[in-house]
Amino acid sequence: MDVEQKVIEIIAREQHLDASKVNIDSTFAELGIDSLDGVNILFALEEEFKLDIPDSVAQNMRGVRQVVDALTRVLEGKDVADLVAMAKGEPTAASR
Amino acid sequence: MRRVVITGLGVFASSGKDAESFFQNLVQGRSAVRHITQFDASSLSVQIAAEVPDYEPCAYFPVKRLDLLDRFSQFGLLAAAEAMKSSGLELRDEERPRFGVVTGSGMGGATTFDTGYFNLYANKATRLHPFTIPKIMHNAATSQICMEFGAQGPSLTTATACSSSGHAIGEAFHLIKFGMADMMLAGGSEAPITYGMIRSWESVRVLAIGNGDPSRACRPFSADREGLVMGEGAGMILLEELEHAKQRGARIYGEIAGFGMSSDANHITQPSVQGPARAIRMALEEAAVDPNEVDYINAHGTGTRLNDVTETQVIKEVFKEHARELAISSTKSMHGHTMGATGAIELIATVQATERGVVPPTANYTTPDPECDLDYVPNQSREKKIRVALSNSFAFGGLNAVLLVRRFE
Repeated sequence: MDVEQKVIEIIAREQHLDASKVNIDSTFAELGIDSLDGVNILFALEEEFKLDIPDSVAQNMRGVRQVVDALTRVLEGKDVADLVAMAKGEPTAASR
Repeated sequence: MRRVVITGLGVFASSGKDAESFFQNLVQGRSAVRHITQFDASSLSVQIAAEVPDYEPCAYFPVKRLDLLDRFSQFGLLAAAEAMKSSGLELRDEERPRFGVVTGSGMGGATTFDTGYFNLYANKATRLHPFTIPKIMHNAATSQICMEFGAQGPSLTTATACSSSGHAIGEAFHLIKFGMADMMLAGGSEAPITYGMIRSWESVRVLAIGNGDPSRACRPFSADREGLVMGEGAGMILLEELEHAKQRGARIYGEIAGFGMSSDANHITQPSVQGPARAIRMALEEAAVDPNEVDYINAHGTGTRLNDVTETQVIKEVFKEHARELAISSTKSMHGHTMGATGAIELIATVQATERGVVPPTANYTTPDPECDLDYVPNQSREKKIRVALSNSFAFGGLNAVLLVRRFE
């Protein structure tokens, strides 16, 4: 499964955007994704990939690449703690 | 003393998707009650309702916006948009803190609840959609309207079952009268036609079954009544402080001059006589209106025996001999009982009747009831000069709201 392609497809679908407008380097801010849109996208990703994305990871997702990286790690069963640490200190995308 | 006038009207309901066609249908005595289309009702004993016909949300809202709008918020926004448009109000930014919104809803996002819980319990979903909460909350419609029209002043939501929007308009009236705001959008919206909701009401045994012609199912004050018919929709008005309205040359549809509210403190479903009577007297007192000046009452008139008989007793108790001079009608016979929206929808019918001097009828009236022996304007609308009119809302739970409209000269 191509995680990147699927993530882009889901983000575009949930935001009602043309998929060509979304790429791996798009940030949520550029795509107009606010905190509530963010939880909606997480919900769609969890449904699609049949997994749970921990809050600690979810809170720090700020762009497509972070989503793809986090999902890849979760799918590979790897520890996500380093991802959380990487993103620490930034304002959260799901702070409301 | 600050006076409060109505300068905008908006209706989105079964009987009309705008205020003018709504009133024309009422005057013609046309009932909007039909077979339910929103879900398969074939397993229910009650298969009728007053739905907004041929409603296509995508015709009114962008898809992204719809993600966050339960049906009751959609209706609220559409009625509010008409009220704002008809008012011609153009707000300056510095006026926004003096502009608020009060809307009522008895059920909130019932459709979202129903589909969400179906997924949870029947489909064994392990999580619900993250928009569930922002869609079902009772204040969703109020908040959506605030955002749409930039209303930054005092704003809140009322939930008093069938009185919700009567209370909403009354509270908005007082916010202007007592100086906390200059303009208020007020009303109510409801979209309660779901499988779960009809099942719930079915078991209370107050719904009309309506075998045969659904449009004849709701027969308030008629001896052969069967019960109430659920409806959906929204009604919104723009209220404005009189001088503010005059200064900008606004069209004035009427004046809200009194608001009475009371609690029966008696029974969770059975109405009392004294509770509603106190609410009517309070509205008359606030407006300094003599009972003999009232010419029309838009009744709560649900079409249940308990309501119709009690409401008749209430009117006799307050108006004494004058009760027989009053024109009384229940427009619920046509637009159904829209629960938390019904007080607003009926207040709008009351304002239109008062402004034009035309009383809409009680449709489907066939047989006099010895216990309901007043003038219910059966089946035919009537020309009548109306100085003062009342709109009654008496809710399950015994919380009553009565609005007094004075014709604006």
